Parts: sequence; structure tokens; C-alpha cells
Amino acid sequence: MANSGTEHTVKAFDSDINQLRGMVAEIGGRSEQAISKAMRALENSDLELAAEVVREDKLIDDLEKRIDELTFQTIALRAPMADDLRELIATFKISGVVERIGDYAKNIAKRVPIVTQTSRLTPISLLPSMSKIASELVRDALDAFARRDAELAMEVNRRDQIVDDFYNSIFRAVITHMIENPKDIGEAAHLLFIAKNLERIGDHATNVAEMVYFAATGEPMPERTRGENPATPLDDALSDEAD
Amino acid sequence: MNEDQKMQEPSESLDMTDSAPTNTPDGTDAPKMTARNVDVFYGEKQAIKNLSIDVSMDNVTAFIGPSGCGKSTFLRCMNRMNDTIPIARVTGEIRLEGDDIYAPQMDVVQLRARVGMVFQKPNPFPKSIYDNIAYGPRIHGLSTSKDELDHIVESSLQRAGLWGEVKDRLQDSGTALSGGQQQRLCIARAVAVDPEVILMDEPCSALDPIATAKIEELIDELRGKYAIVIVTHNMQQAARVSQKTAFFHLGTLVEYGDTTDIFTNPREEKTRDYITGRYG
Ligand SMILES: Nc1ncnc2c1ncn2[C@@H]1O[C@H](COP(=O)(O)OP(=O)(O)OP(=O)(O)O)[C@@H](O)[C@H]1O
Ligand SMILES: [Mg+2]
Repeated sequence: MANSGTEHTVKAFDSDINQLRGMVAEIGGRSEQAISKAMRALENSDLELAAEVVREDKLIDDLEKRIDELTFQTIALRAPMADDLRELIATFKISGVVERIGDYAKNIAKRVPIVTQTSRLTPISLLPSMSKIASELVRDALDAFARRDAELAMEVNRRDQIVDDFYNSIFRAVITHMIENPKDIGEAAHLLFIAKNLERIGDHATNVAEMVYFAATGEPMPERTRGENPATPLDDALSDEAD
Repeated sequence: MNEDQKMQEPSESLDMTDSAPTNTPDGTDAPKMTARNVDVFYGEKQAIKNLSIDVSMDNVTAFIGPSGCGKSTFLRCMNRMNDTIPIARVTGEIRLEGDDIYAPQMDVVQLRARVGMVFQKPNPFPKSIYDNIAYGPRIHGLSTSKDELDHIVESSLQRAGLWGEVKDRLQDSGTALSGGQQQRLCIARAVAVDPEVILMDEPCSALDPIATAKIEELIDELRGKYAIVIVTHNMQQAARVSQKTAFFHLGTLVEYGDTTDIFTNPREEKTRDYITGRYG
């Protein structure tokens, strides 16, 4: 672990760092919640809850801005070095990535009104388990940050494979369903987008984990052996970047 | 003292005992000066403990560490300035281009021309700007004619980035210059005798940020032409001007490595505590 917990001679520096850690924990908690609310809204066709997710995304955006401001300020005023510098750079990047995770959750929530009947499509049954793992990855990546835990960060990185595997299964199942039931193509496409959003959330949790690993050790995380990916043109087209 | 003992333990990351240190991993950058197992005592008190280090031409080396850790003491060993302190006793070996600088046949005046020094407080001679620069070359017999001397004065002032500011007032007293200009004059004076190494002991601590930036820029330009060692308390300055950083603590060399590594990912906890402001 990089940080021995000794305090800085300049106490105000510690207070900035602690405030930032608190804010990162908060933005992480909010985005995790956004994922679970969006998925609950989807399962129950709860339009009100879906609208809440979209509304609350503003809070995540604002939090990101405040984190960035304070990080900038701290870097400018305190000229941090070594693990302090790494932590602040990681904080800066993590806030951006977590904000994106919030956007993916919002994206899922936005589809709830459109896909109220998708429940007929069998592949949807895989989505709750997939989203559970994806949000666990987000939670663990941020826990790893709070604890400077490089081991846990590696673990997140490894477990992202499960999310990818889920995505690949859903992708195949949905395509098969589309071929057999051309009239469902529209709805099935939305379902696929949701799965893709969850897959991207997993990737972003991995990005957070990589930054945590760097902040904790000063070394880049060793590359994970990438799993099988449906690198078809169709899948590339599905890389539905959140807005 | 417990802490004292801990610092004396050889650190894993530093294997600088009798074998050649790993300053030159690619072998391209042969060391200009090498120190091996140097101890310095002031009377009974040991100020430097078994210190080994290499400094090279291609890199500016920064010495950092808390006050009293021995940076100036060790720097002074590198051109035998400690000879002037009666109670100081130096053991171990320091070589310049392979020559043992403490060997009896070493000419100390000659040595100090080869290894110049710039001090914390600018110390121009109370003479003209011209004579401040010309003094060294004259006594070392580096020039035979007035033209040659003029040329040395101009090129040294050029190198020190001072020529433009003083070329019309070379006969003015060196002490009439601003602090930053005086410091650059001292660097020009060191450069004038065509040294191999320039040692600087907190050269900017009496200067404002602009004068400091000019010295830092100058150091960067001189890099490669001379082996440069700079002692500084300003962490940002060490990070800006040096490629190698040595962290001293209680008379020992705790960590020595690439400046980027020392400031982004130091290996030793003591180094980390010092550069992140957790010391003491
Ligand atoms: N001339 C001297 N006589 C006796 N002791 C000395 C002398 N010069 C230095 N010392 C002692 O040697 C130790 C190292 O001093 P030195 O000046 O080398 O430290 P330093 O790292 O340069 O400190 P600073 O950053 O304050 O300049 C200190 O304990 C100091 O008191
Ligand atoms: Mg000193």
C-alpha cells in the first residue's frame, strides 16, 4: 500500500485530500445507485423511477465538476508529489469515468418507456444478473480507491470478463431472436443497447480499477488477457456512447 | 537513536558499495565523478556516512534532503572545499575522470578549476565585471593575449545568459549588479576556466522567481557541457532542472535515481515522506 497514513506537515493539504476522497465516494455511490434504480425501473416498467434516474444524473454531473475544481486547485496550490500526485491525478480521472458510468445508467433509464414490452423477449432474463455484476465492479473499484487496494483493483479487472461474457451471450441470443422474429427487431435492438451500456459500465469500472492500481503502486496495471469479443461491425455500431 | 540505525541499513534499491553503481544502465553515460564509501567527520561528529554516488555529464544531479543532512558537506568534498575547515576529515575515495582527487599529487587549485562551485549567496569579487570573469583564466594561464581574454569573457557571459545585459558596462563593478545578475556572473566566472564539473549550493535561494527561472534555464543549457550538481531545498526546482535526484538523510544517501521516478514513485518511505511534505 502506497500510503502509510502519516499526516502532512501542512494540515490543510490533508483536509483537501480527505474532502476529495469523500466526494469520490459520493459520486461512486450515486452512480452505483443510478444503475440499480435504472434496472429496477426496467424490470418493473416504472416510468417514475426511470425519470428520477435521469433527473438525478444532474447531481452526478455537478459532483464531477466540483471534484475537478478541487483537484485542480489542490494541484495548483499544494504542488503534490509522489503518491499524493498520483492520487490526485487518479481522482481527476476517476471522477470523469464515474460520471460516464452515470450517463450509461441514465441511458438505460431513458429506454424504459420505449421497451415496456420487451419482457417477452427471453434474453432479457439475463440482464438483472449482468447488471448486478457490473454494479459490483463499480462498487469494488471505488472501495479499492478508498482503501488504496491494488489487489482488489486487479480483481475488478479480472471480473470484468464475466460482464463481457454476459454481453456476448446476450448479443448472440438477441441476434438469433431477431432472425427468428423480424417483427421484434426494434425492441430487441433497444435491449441490445442496454446490454451494451452495462458492458461499457464494466469497462469503465475497469478503467477506475486501473487508475487505483496506478495510484497505489506507481506502476501501470499488468495487461489482462483480453477475452473473446464479438468484434463484428454490427457490435462496433452498437458502441452506443452515452451522452 | 532508532531512526538513525534504520537509516544506516543499506537500502535494497541502492547497491552502491564497492561495485560500479547502476547510474549508467545503457553504458552510454560514463560517470564524470565517482565517490565510494565516503565518510566525513567534523571532529567527533560524523556528517557523511559511507556514501557512494556517481555523477555524469549528461544529467543534472540534484541533492535534496532536510537541513543538516550533509548535502553541502558532501558537495564540498567534491572539490576539496572541506580542506579549508580544520576539523573536517574526509575518508573514502572520490575520483574525477578516474583521478583520485584526494591523492597527494593532486593540485587543489587545478582541481577547483576543473570542479567549479557556485554558492548560495552570489559572491562576485569587488572588481569589474570583466575582471570577475578574466581572473580565473589569467591565474590558470588559460589565455595569452588580450583578444583571447576578451573572447573568453564574452563567451562565458554568453553562456551564463548575461552578455546582453552587461556588454556595455563591462568595467562596472560586479557588485553593482542585481542579485540574479550577480549569480549569473558567478556562473560565468565558473564557466570561464572551462571546468568539467559545476557544483551549485542552493544557487537560487536568494533570488526572485524570474531570476530563478533564468538560472534554471541556464542550467538546462549548460547540461551536457559540464557535469552539474545542484543542492536545492526547492522540490519543484529539483524536479524542473535535474534528471537524477539524490535524497540525503542524516548523512546517508537514502535513494538515488531518475528524477521522474523519485518525484512520482519513490521507493523509500523516507524519500516519500520528505518530498510529499510529511517529514518531521
Ligand atoms: N564547519 C562545520 N563545522 C562543524 N560541523 C559542521 C560544519 N559544517 C556542517 N557541519 C555539520 O554537519 C552536518 C551537515 O551539515 P551540512 O551543512 O552539510 O548540511 P546541509 O544538508 O547542507 O544543510 P542545509 O540544507 O541546512 O544547508 C550538520 O550537522 C552540521 O551541523
Ligand atoms: Mg547546505
